[in-house]
Amino acid sequence: MATRAPSRATGLNARVVLVYALAFCGGFSIMSLELLGGRILAPWFGGSIYVWGSIITVFMLALSLGYLIGGRLSLRAPTLTKFGGILAVAAVILYPTVHLAEPAMMWVFERIEDPRYGSLVASLVLFVAPTVVLGAISPYSVRLLVRQREESGKVAGSLYFVSTLGSALGTLATSFYFVLWFEIDTIVTCLAGLLLGLGALAVAVGFKTQAPA
Amino acid sequence: MIRLRRLVLAAALASALSAASAVDILHRERSLYQTILITEDRNRICMQFSVREQQRNQSCFNPRRPKRMVFTYTRMMMGALLLEPEPVNVLIAGLGGGTLPTALHDLLPEAHIDNVEIDPAVVAAARRYFGFATDERQVVHVRDARVFVKRAATADVRYDLVMLDAFGGDYIPEHLMTLEFLEEVRAVMADGGVLAANTFATSRLYDHESETYRAAFGMFFNLRLRESNNRVILARNGPLPDKAELRANAAAWRGRLRAYDVPIREFPARLSLGVDWDVTRRPLTDQYAPANLLRGD
Repeated sequence: MATRAPSRATGLNARVVLVYALAFCGGFSIMSLELLGGRILAPWFGGSIYVWGSIITVFMLALSLGYLIGGRLSLRAPTLTKFGGILAVAAVILYPTVHLAEPAMMWVFERIEDPRYGSLVASLVLFVAPTVVLGAISPYSVRLLVRQREESGKVAGSLYFVSTLGSALGTLATSFYFVLWFEIDTIVTCLAGLLLGLGALAVAVGFKTQAPA
Repeated sequence: MIRLRRLVLAAALASALSAASAVDILHRERSLYQTILITEDRNRICMQFSVREQQRNQSCFNPRRPKRMVFTYTRMMMGALLLEPEPVNVLIAGLGGGTLPTALHDLLPEAHIDNVEIDPAVVAAARRYFGFATDERQVVHVRDARVFVKRAATADVRYDLVMLDAFGGDYIPEHLMTLEFLEEVRAVMADGGVLAANTFATSRLYDHESETYRAAFGMFFNLRLRESNNRVILARNGPLPDKAELRANAAAWRGRLRAYDVPIREFPARLSLGVDWDVTRRPLTDQYAPANLLRGD
């Protein structure tokens, strides 16, 4: 008994750190992708103000849906394993945009003359699905970390802090450095790889800590 | 008495000096894309895209001599006529005060000019302060140039002359500097059609830009003049003309361009095929175009 207690505490701490790390990376990926969205759409729909309008609208819409879905999912026996699964799904949905972006935008460009609606539809096609899934991370992570009702606000606040900090850094790193060092497709692939890696880690840790004592 | 006279003299001198350097702001507007400033001093009206005054002017004109081209880079852009002396279909990306389209409209009575400008406020300012006028031969499309060119390519439109002069407050927008964009531009150029692109001669971006144009067009003429920090790229959808042809076109245009202050006869000697940039720099692409970050170095 005496040896088991510290190891359980370590396991718990690792779990908490992991949830925060995932929330951070979720926030990071969302804003990095949003910023790249402007670059991805520009060759087809230009750099007009409505292109940014389309992108921001679509990301906000997708996040709002993601929050709703994440909250619902958290009602069904939430585990770290399932949480890791959400990130893995986000990665799997995000990666194909690297290959589908060009044909998808060409398809939209050929059908919609007005670049306002063209950029809106293209943003919907390219960014809604991964962003909805990434949006589900925040509410789900709140559920995983809240132990008592009294601390729920504090936990939610800490998680918003961490994920929004991730968003800020994702924006900064992408616009200041990543675009200078890498191609857009490389950055998106790395984001998907990061999400997949962390998701897999969460699944593994989830299995381990859930294992009966 | 002497003191008073001295004082009066000093005051007169001061007012004369301030009149010489006085710049009136005729118009200040925060548009969707930039702050547009129209200034007027004793002999010219200028358009600037910036918040601070004393920034680089985008376009200037002298109301007393409206034809005269104030800026060297505008004159250099007219060097395109050496490669294509009688263009009929012309595309100009980036309107500014409309100096280039107004001149080409006057000089080429047969030409149809499509102007593409993203900012409607720039079009309004060009009309109001720079005497820019549209008609059936001079058309303005308020659009992003990239989108316009892509649509023109699908509609099988071809231009004999394309002028790229789209600048924001900072530099050329990144999606208008990439290899893919230049390939799209080439697709709307007629056989033997000519491209004139206004770029900066300084900064690390010079190497990347030069490599991008070379990847799209092969060899091109570099036009640089000592008195300007701009470099005009003259490329052709087809083989470049030889010196004799350039000189013949310069001689043919010389008289007509005199009122515009374009020293066209000096240009053939200034057109260089030499590679004066670092060829190991990578071309800018839609995937890799950190143009404005690179420019800062």
